[in-house]
Amino acid sequence: MNAPVMPLPQPDTRPGDAPYVVIEGLRRTFDVSRPWLNRVIERQPRQILRAVDGVSFAIRRGQTFALVGESGSGKSTVARMVVGLLPPSAGDVRITGVSMTDPREAAARRRLRRRIQMIFQDPYASMNPRWRVRNIIAEPIRAFNLLQGDVAIGRRVGELLGLVGLHPDDGVKYPHEFSGGQRQRIAIARALASEAEFLVGDEPTSALDVSVQAQILNLMRDLQDRLGLTYLFISHNLAVVRHMANRIGVMYLGRVVEIADGRELFRAPKHPYTRMLLDSVPDIGLTGRKRIPVSGEIPNPIDPPTGCAFNPRCPFANERCRTEVPTLVEGVACHAFQERRLPA
Amino acid sequence: MTEPVLSVRNLRVAFAGRRGTLTAIDDVSFDIAPGEILGVVGESGAGKSVTGSAVIGLIDPPGGIVGGQVLLKGERIDNLSPEAMRRIRGRRIGMIFQDPLTSLNPLYRVGRQIVETIRTHTDLSEKAARQRAIDLLAEVGIPAPERRIDGYPHEFSGGMRQRVVIALALAAEPELIIADEPTTALDVSVQAQIIALLKRLGSERGTAVMLVTHDMGVIAEAADRVAVMYSGRIAEIGPVRDVVQNPLHPYAKGLMGAIPTLAQDTDRLAQIPGSMPRLSNIPPGCAFNPRCPSVFGRCRVERPDPIPVGAHRVACHLYDRSEASAA
Repeated sequence: MNAPVMPLPQPDTRPGDAPYVVIEGLRRTFDVSRPWLNRVIERQPRQILRAVDGVSFAIRRGQTFALVGESGSGKSTVARMVVGLLPPSAGDVRITGVSMTDPREAAARRRLRRRIQMIFQDPYASMNPRWRVRNIIAEPIRAFNLLQGDVAIGRRVGELLGLVGLHPDDGVKYPHEFSGGQRQRIAIARALASEAEFLVGDEPTSALDVSVQAQILNLMRDLQDRLGLTYLFISHNLAVVRHMANRIGVMYLGRVVEIADGRELFRAPKHPYTRMLLDSVPDIGLTGRKRIPVSGEIPNPIDPPTGCAFNPRCPFANERCRTEVPTLVEGVACHAFQERRLPA
Repeated sequence: MTEPVLSVRNLRVAFAGRRGTLTAIDDVSFDIAPGEILGVVGESGAGKSVTGSAVIGLIDPPGGIVGGQVLLKGERIDNLSPEAMRRIRGRRIGMIFQDPLTSLNPLYRVGRQIVETIRTHTDLSEKAARQRAIDLLAEVGIPAPERRIDGYPHEFSGGMRQRVVIALALAAEPELIIADEPTTALDVSVQAQIIALLKRLGSERGTAVMLVTHDMGVIAEAADRVAVMYSGRIAEIGPVRDVVQNPLHPYAKGLMGAIPTLAQDTDRLAQIPGSMPRLSNIPPGCAFNPRCPSVFGRCRVERPDPIPVGAHRVACHLYDRSEASAA
């Protein structure tokens, strides 16, 4: 069960063993400088925002990897780079061994493309309101030329609607005729239309009511069991992540601060930020657990603290934490943990 | 038993539309005692925010209160003139909304906005009001308040802005605060700080709080009692621990089962089939009956009224004693 924390860099192991997705040293910077003239007049330097800084992890086939973090932690930027919506500034994403960035692997990447699909937070924004649902779902089938003839495509669309718990006759309706949860089902059906194996969900249930959220989470797990799907699940909701993920990466200000198997992370969180996060989640468990009082907020990512980004909020920070950026060792990026300064 | 700060009696709110009148709130009753936090929870469209707006008289035409009473410390406030109601809002009832930026004027320094509120509702001098504003900012946990008071809203982070809004709501020492999704736009670590602040208000100042949210976790942490709303009615109301751990109404049961928790592993979340009916299409009888796993004949024809069951009040025919003896 104790898989190595850092992804293995060698992609050419046997297909059964190699992780489905390997993400290595992923980095993304955004230039948020003022316009050139302002910079010259006001003598300001360029401002570079490091949204994602050296993120590495691997996802095994048929498993769910979740990234959690508060706003500004960079989790959505990672998701966008993984599906190829955003080119990384450095690092690489390899899916079934195929690099998502190397220009020499463009042909292999094109064949792989339809296997990767994304599900967004707001399904309505990702659908053309003037298209009937059957056309929305059929679009990937036509675009990738997977089936010929309207009859065959229509049959497949009916199948897909059934798969996500809608009625095949719902295909004639427009997106506005559905509730939020049903629209998310349509988005999932469209993602599966191209025979996707790997779904990246960026807060897929955050806009939904809890009873509907439960329906969508259950559906996603059922589909994973039936179709062997691999998920990258992005969420700010720790309880949802706990429910969905086999493995979890906790992000803070563009870096993964802790990575662990789902149960392990919740049973014995190691990084002080993970502990604080778990302590601050309002939970209906009403366990009456003792809480460390939470203080402070995420710093401005344009001007992050030196050393460990969490040091201004960390009760265990010392001089080394303020100067030296900790690296991920045994799944935890924390000097205090490695020096065994943390209370159990 | 002390007199409740807020009493809502058989409140009905309706919106007139081209295709007839839609009843958003139908026969809702509850009390909030001094220092008590009542959580009002429900999914979108349940009527929780409309209930809050009705209490403070902020329902815009074509909507309006069409029945029942709202009493603040025993006096009716639902039939006051807009002018009289305006004097109550801010002074006796404070408000906190989800997005702090919409409650703050971006062009004025936060101090000026708080001072203006204090001076509108009290007869403090400018200088005394400013000192009071600084005290308030300190009380809600803003560091260096004597400096921050001269900042503009955009210079504050989301959590700090929400603290400013809470300070603003407290400015005139209201008896009741209505907080509509006050932590929904905030990150969890900040949310926990705001919840702690709201709880402190109740215990230290004796302010009654009506906390409207969709997040059962927030309610479980913050509230003393909780009202679970469905389709414009209260399905169940009771002490928060009881309702969370031992919900009685089938909807409340489904809702609690649907929430993933940190405390336990569940392979499958309980799910309630379907979704909340639209206001234009509320089924006859109990509004929950098409989704209810324990539905029986009477539910489809007769609307259940809240009946006391232990410390709860539950609007469900399952708990009607005459029904139980018949069965």
